[in-house]
Amino acid sequence: MHNNEKHKREPRFHIAKRDALVWWKAWLIRGCAVLTALVVSGIITVLLTGLNPIGVYATMIDGAFGTTRRIWSLFQNIAMLLCVGVAVTPAFKMRFWNIGAEGQVLVGGLATAACMILFSETLSTPVLFIVMIAASILAGMVWAVIPAFFRANWNTNETLFTLMMNYIAIQLVSFFTYQWSVPKGSGQIGVINRATKIGWLPAIGGHSYLLNILVVLALTVFMYFYLRHSKHGYEISVVGESENTARYIGINVKKVIIRTMLLSGAICGIAGLLLVSGTDHTITRDTVAGRGFTAIMVSWLAKFNPLYMILTSFLIVFLQKGAVEISTTFGLNDSFSDILTGIIIFFIIGSEFFINYAIKARTVQKGENA
Amino acid sequence: MKKLLTLLLTAAMAVSVLTGCGGASSSSAAPSASGATSAAGSQAAKDVKIGFIFLHDENSTYDKNFIDAAKAVKEKLGLSDDQVIFKTNIPESSECYEAAADLADRGCDIVFADSFGHEQYIAQAAEEFPEVQFCHATGTTAHTADLPNFHNAFASIYEGRYLAGIAAGMKLNEMIENGEFTAEEAKIGYIGAYTYAEVISGYTAFYLGAKSVCPTATMDVQFTGSWYDETAEKEAANLLIGRGSKLISQHADSMGAPTACETAGVPNISYNGSTLSACPNTFIVSSRIDWEPYFEYIITSFLNGEAIDADWSHGLDEGSVVLTDLNEKVAAAGTADALKEAKEKLVAGELHVFDTATFTVKGETLTSYMADVDTDANYTPDTEVIEDGYFHESEKRSAPYFDLRIDGINTLNEKF
Repeated sequence: MHNNEKHKREPRFHIAKRDALVWWKAWLIRGCAVLTALVVSGIITVLLTGLNPIGVYATMIDGAFGTTRRIWSLFQNIAMLLCVGVAVTPAFKMRFWNIGAEGQVLVGGLATAACMILFSETLSTPVLFIVMIAASILAGMVWAVIPAFFRANWNTNETLFTLMMNYIAIQLVSFFTYQWSVPKGSGQIGVINRATKIGWLPAIGGHSYLLNILVVLALTVFMYFYLRHSKHGYEISVVGESENTARYIGINVKKVIIRTMLLSGAICGIAGLLLVSGTDHTITRDTVAGRGFTAIMVSWLAKFNPLYMILTSFLIVFLQKGAVEISTTFGLNDSFSDILTGIIIFFIIGSEFFINYAIKARTVQKGENA
Repeated sequence: MKKLLTLLLTAAMAVSVLTGCGGASSSSAAPSASGATSAAGSQAAKDVKIGFIFLHDENSTYDKNFIDAAKAVKEKLGLSDDQVIFKTNIPESSECYEAAADLADRGCDIVFADSFGHEQYIAQAAEEFPEVQFCHATGTTAHTADLPNFHNAFASIYEGRYLAGIAAGMKLNEMIENGEFTAEEAKIGYIGAYTYAEVISGYTAFYLGAKSVCPTATMDVQFTGSWYDETAEKEAANLLIGRGSKLISQHADSMGAPTACETAGVPNISYNGSTLSACPNTFIVSSRIDWEPYFEYIITSFLNGEAIDADWSHGLDEGSVVLTDLNEKVAAAGTADALKEAKEKLVAGELHVFDTATFTVKGETLTSYMADVDTDANYTPDTEVIEDGYFHESEKRSAPYFDLRIDGINTLNEKF
């Protein structure tokens, strides 16, 4: 009996689920997390490299904002990451684990590159643009809808399926790189239509990235309203919470899954278009550069809210740009800046725990002081 | 929420404006300062700023070779840390253009990029910054690009491959004499990245070097479809060994093939640098391009106000192509002397690597070949490259263009 009583004793601390926090308290916690992360990173910087951490942070800011060119590049990179983030969000909100954005963007880019290579001499510019846009969207949709179709009809595992589709996309790009390589056998397509700039998205007011940024901004706002204020968006939330509930209230779950993945794939296709026609003007296996996976973090950190995603993609791209600058300025290996990025993101994700849960100390009761 | 966001954005703006101004004022000050001191003349090594763009970092043997040369030239010319900027892990995309333009913004007088796929982004930057010299290794278009500040460079590495091939042939001879296999079984395995002229030129030169001392040698070539894929290179090496290759060499940038050879106990001729420390029992020798002479050339040309060649290529004579130290433990006896002798003959012009008397294509000896020297999308052959009984590699253009498939070399896959 005595033992049993001992087991019942509360531990010194316990964790309790919080009610929804006031917004400013939540942001205070997040702010503290970032500060703590910076302090910890600072300590690690001193221990490992002996450099002044303030100097390292100043260099990061310089790397992101130091010149007009860097600011444009920063916003271009934010836009591209945000675009993929916006694309994966409806699927994630539906609890459909689409980790195939990398491949969906890549086939969109491949379709764009194919149009630029094959039709540059036969189609007039406006027609070519229409064909490019249609082809990239279609390619992205096809790549996304195949796993969705199997999931909707036979309940296959979409995580594995979408992941596999990435590898197929990469191999397809390898194949066409071989077909179209210049010079032959070099494994490079090179910049497509460099002299004529046929099929290149136009620069607005001399700023080659502005169009990309505006397109992504429009998509972000669209996605915000689509998820928050449309019937489709509501259906997505319900399916995400519980498929059974959705069926019970008469939602066609299959239809929602396929429709949502078509949308997700279409936006991925647009991201491919923007990367190939608006940015790189070529396609390689690395054109998407891991954005398909990073976008998952963008989406989750922002709790699937497209407007918050502007902030989270800013954070991640800022860290990346800063990291590159650190390795250039201090001659450190890129891995070191990855460590810093890892620490900061770890703290930010960790802060969500303290927003959702409270840690309560045991209140000592009378007669229990054994 | 909105207020906080506004606050954050304002803060970000303020920071960006502040640092933006700081950056602008310092970079505008730099050219005037250098302009003032350049009048001083010869002690002008302080007036140059050079930026390097590398595809990977030191973990790639290819990039390490460039990085080591850049560090060496920095030391040799006594340049300070501020005068040399390294940007590593720059992909072959618009990121490369951004990196080049950023280096120009920082006041670099010379920008150098090391990877083939960087070329067109470097050319784009060269158009935008006519006062900055842009140099690019392994590229093919500068000599026809009509951009006075855009330059290509390579080295006649096929000479180094040929010498390394001699070391390979002598090793095969030694193993035949030891009775390990018959002369007919003397097969070399070679791992190539792509079916690109640079690779074909390299393995053909290597094979001809081996054949010059071991006439019965044959060669299998396996392509990996990547310049750096450790797993694929390791698998390719194992496949070639399984198919009866007695000795392996490679033209790809990871440690995949050398380590597979060390595990299997098969002799290896390396590339880009010595792999002796990782493979003490199988490494024989490695050929590599030493970029230090080129880096010194572009920097001194700039300082003296001289034009940089649009298309620069040197070889054994200038020390641009070198062999690493021989691993005496594995190499056949007498290899060092044979290499020395062959090198002297190559430098003197008595010996030509691609002597048409030493190889045949589909059973025929060639007397004429038109190569695609001026790059275009249709690979139009435009230049006669066989004169005086040998194929003139790296003379019409710095980047290799030897893409003949000669007899005795068997390519296992061509899909890259």
